[in-house]
Amino acid sequence: MPNTLTSPVYVVQDNIDTDQIIPAQYLTLVPTIAEEYEKLGSYAQIGLPDSLYPVRFVPEGETKTPFKIVIAGRNYGCGSSREHAPIALGAAGVEAVIAESFARIFFRNCVATGELYPYDAKERLCEKVKTGDIATLDFDADTLTVGGTTYSLKPLGAARPVIDAGGVFNYARKSGMIASKG
Amino acid sequence: MTLTEKLLARAGGQAHVAPGDNVWVNVDVLMTHDVCGPGTIGVFQREFGRDAKVWDKQKVVIIPDHYIFTADSMSNRNVDILRDFVREQGLPYFYDVIDDPNGHWHFDASKGQLKQQWKGNYTGVCHTTLPWKGHLRPGEVLVGTDSHTCMAGAFNQFATGIGNTDGGFVLGTGKILLKVPETMRFYLEGEMSAGVMAKDVILHVIGEIGFDGATYRAMQWEGPGVNAMNMDDRMTIANMAIEAGGKNGIFPYDEKTGEYVRERIAENGTKSEFEPVEVDREQSFSYDKTFDLSKLEPTVACHPDPGQRKTARELKDVTLDRAYIGSCTGGKTSDFLAFARVVKGHTVKIDTFGVPATTKVVHELKETMWDGLSVWSILENAGVRMTENASCAACLGGPVDTFGRMNTPMKCISATNRNFPGRMGHKESQVFLASPYTVAASALTGKITDPRDYVG
Repeated sequence: MPNTLTSPVYVVQDNIDTDQIIPAQYLTLVPTIAEEYEKLGSYAQIGLPDSLYPVRFVPEGETKTPFKIVIAGRNYGCGSSREHAPIALGAAGVEAVIAESFARIFFRNCVATGELYPYDAKERLCEKVKTGDIATLDFDADTLTVGGTTYSLKPLGAARPVIDAGGVFNYARKSGMIASKG
Repeated sequence: MTLTEKLLARAGGQAHVAPGDNVWVNVDVLMTHDVCGPGTIGVFQREFGRDAKVWDKQKVVIIPDHYIFTADSMSNRNVDILRDFVREQGLPYFYDVIDDPNGHWHFDASKGQLKQQWKGNYTGVCHTTLPWKGHLRPGEVLVGTDSHTCMAGAFNQFATGIGNTDGGFVLGTGKILLKVPETMRFYLEGEMSAGVMAKDVILHVIGEIGFDGATYRAMQWEGPGVNAMNMDDRMTIANMAIEAGGKNGIFPYDEKTGEYVRERIAENGTKSEFEPVEVDREQSFSYDKTFDLSKLEPTVACHPDPGQRKTARELKDVTLDRAYIGSCTGGKTSDFLAFARVVKGHTVKIDTFGVPATTKVVHELKETMWDGLSVWSILENAGVRMTENASCAACLGGPVDTFGRMNTPMKCISATNRNFPGRMGHKESQVFLASPYTVAASALTGKITDPRDYVG
């Protein structure tokens, strides 16, 4: 069975920092508390300036986004080390961010939490697709297909099985690195 | 090997490491705070069990500092979560805002933002507290659930920011898997001219390599220009490695470092043994460039990212609504003294906020006398709104009642370290990053102003 995801995409440009992904005033929410995790999702990417991003990422009054794939330019997730950033995206229903490049801590937090797949694109997709375009992400072929054009992505390598397992703790238990929970 | 490679090799128990190697490293200190601490504790308890104990009580440092002086009940609750954990675990290093270990924190908004509401051994901003309280030692590995943890690289240690999940793993095991970064070397020569500060050096360099120019890399600082700098200046520079995407910033060890560290260890009775890493003759760098400090001018990073470099002079027509001095990078005593030198005897033209990084900075500004007046009074007399409640405050926006937060779109010049859209509050506002001198001169004129018109 093909391992694919089809969804409208949300497109952002360079340097989307963690303050734009989840503004600081919402960091009072603690991600390990279930209801607060859900609430973080409702604020995902709410810090994007309205003047540049008129389409709301998560519709007003809802907790989930219709855009399960985010397309970004350079340095996505730069700024703070707040794990609330990949968590807010994951809680909103995002499954993958495909960027020209990622900031280091954000990338690591995606893998550690297993919230979403951070794919590096091989080209500047944020200038080739637009918000609302329907795309199909093939997790096994490492490709994104939009409007009949297929773009190949850099494979996730060792990060892939960790995210598949649902984060570093689950992966470590599954692979016998740490003991199973009682 | 480079300094970073030597540190990671030692902490990983290996004779040699190279960039790209993944190494399991023993952590010397884990730091967390009120914003990421509750989630880190949550991960630790979920994964290791409700009754699990941290790997080493002496190596965990918890510093509430972000959202403290706010009436936001969730923020107040988060400080209580830290206190409960500290009590359950019996942790010795917790810089609480109240002095009752069984109490609850409540900020009283009716008393206003300016007068002291902290008690006991509250300290303020974590990165500035760590060296003050004797938690930084050359040669060690520090991880913290905050991106500006890299500031401790000033003390010849490997220091980097991590997320809650990694933080929870460290709490349980004392270990972290790190990829050895490539090292970029920045060799500083010459002397800074009057009116130029360490902040200008780092803003210049970030402008040179770009907002992601150091992504996944270490930024190593060397040269006579570095030797001449005091520890505060080195902290300012190391702090902003992350603003170029860097994994860490790192400085060589010298007698200044040793003296600073030993003095604070003695004051606080923290662990006293340490072993610095020395600079090898053979090092390989992915980037190596010499900068002549005498050529630098007062520098500004314009909205919307720290890489948007211009000289203050080029921006002289930019009008401002607000000025702000504070944060780990820009809220040290030396930063406020520089600011005060410019505004002394003048009056600010725009709303100007001053937030000392730590409670020690508050004391020092009140105790330092110039011509019979305390520096604190000099700042207040110039119209600066000074708060005794040391914290991160509006550097990162925070809850809406945070002191100095921009709740409407406006333009602010700030001695802080980050200026992406919305960083200090309203998402349509603009932040210009500059040195304390430049922020002070701009506060006096209401426009971005080269401070050499005032100092020199």
